[in-house]
Amino acid sequence: MSGPDVAWYLALAAVLFGIGALGVLIRRNTLVVLLSLELMLNAGNLALIALSRHFHNGAGQIFALAVMAVAASEVCVGLGLVVALNRRNLSLDVDTLSELRG
Amino acid sequence: MIAASAGNVVVWIVWVVAAFTCLGSAVAVVSFSNPFYSALALIGNLGSLAVLYLLLSAEFVAAAQVLVYAGAVVVMFLFVIAYVGPRRETPWSGGPGWQTIGAVAAAGALMVEIIVAIGMQASGSLSHETEVGTAFGTPAWIGRVFLVDHLLAFEITSVVLLIAAVGGVILGSHTKRATT
Repeated sequence: MSGPDVAWYLALAAVLFGIGALGVLIRRNTLVVLLSLELMLNAGNLALIALSRHFHNGAGQIFALAVMAVAASEVCVGLGLVVALNRRNLSLDVDTLSELRG
Repeated sequence: MIAASAGNVVVWIVWVVAAFTCLGSAVAVVSFSNPFYSALALIGNLGSLAVLYLLLSAEFVAAAQVLVYAGAVVVMFLFVIAYVGPRRETPWSGGPGWQTIGAVAAAGALMVEIIVAIGMQASGSLSHETEVGTAFGTPAWIGRVFLVDHLLAFEITSVVLLIAAVGGVILGSHTKRATT
């Protein structure tokens, strides 16, 4: 059962990464920036798993699982930051969050 | 032979549907002005990616994708979005116009760069297809690879998760401001 070539998966991953990067650059809501970061991480995961299947090497899938753990950590810390910002009644607009001192 | 080609057609159809769902929901994540809808669109994106992982015979990663991402991460996002409440943001404008144009140009350049770099560096090794066995990607196989060959990565991942959990608790706890 051989479906599309691995190049198709890599092209899809590149387009998905581009959409995620566009979201990170263009959106100003912190939450949507975090969601777009998830898109970029998922694009990396897709490329890793496609190449893991192509080269019949398990390290790609292990790396994808590690990327998932890192994404969960990033969401944990990022949402903690959002909650902390919201508690101090600060704006969630990334353009106005130019200082680290709240 | 006919059965094999029919299977190929089915795989292609599933791939095309999953790829378009993936790209469409990704565009939806970026373009919705309400972050709640963006998080819901991310669920569709993660589900279609899980289908693609299944096509790549990565069954355990597909299951982990649904459990970890759609089950935990998106639910946490939805909780925080509901906690923060609706915030008004104009979706595609805001800021000077050149900023939006520059962002689109930068993202497009990044995408083209990735495709060109992969095509130049790896086009030779991407042509031949290797056949994988039926054990590839199953939980038993993943577990053996994870806990035998990549044990250090497994342990470091657990430490990273612990540190992130502690950091999230510290950021979310009620602390007095250091400088009043």
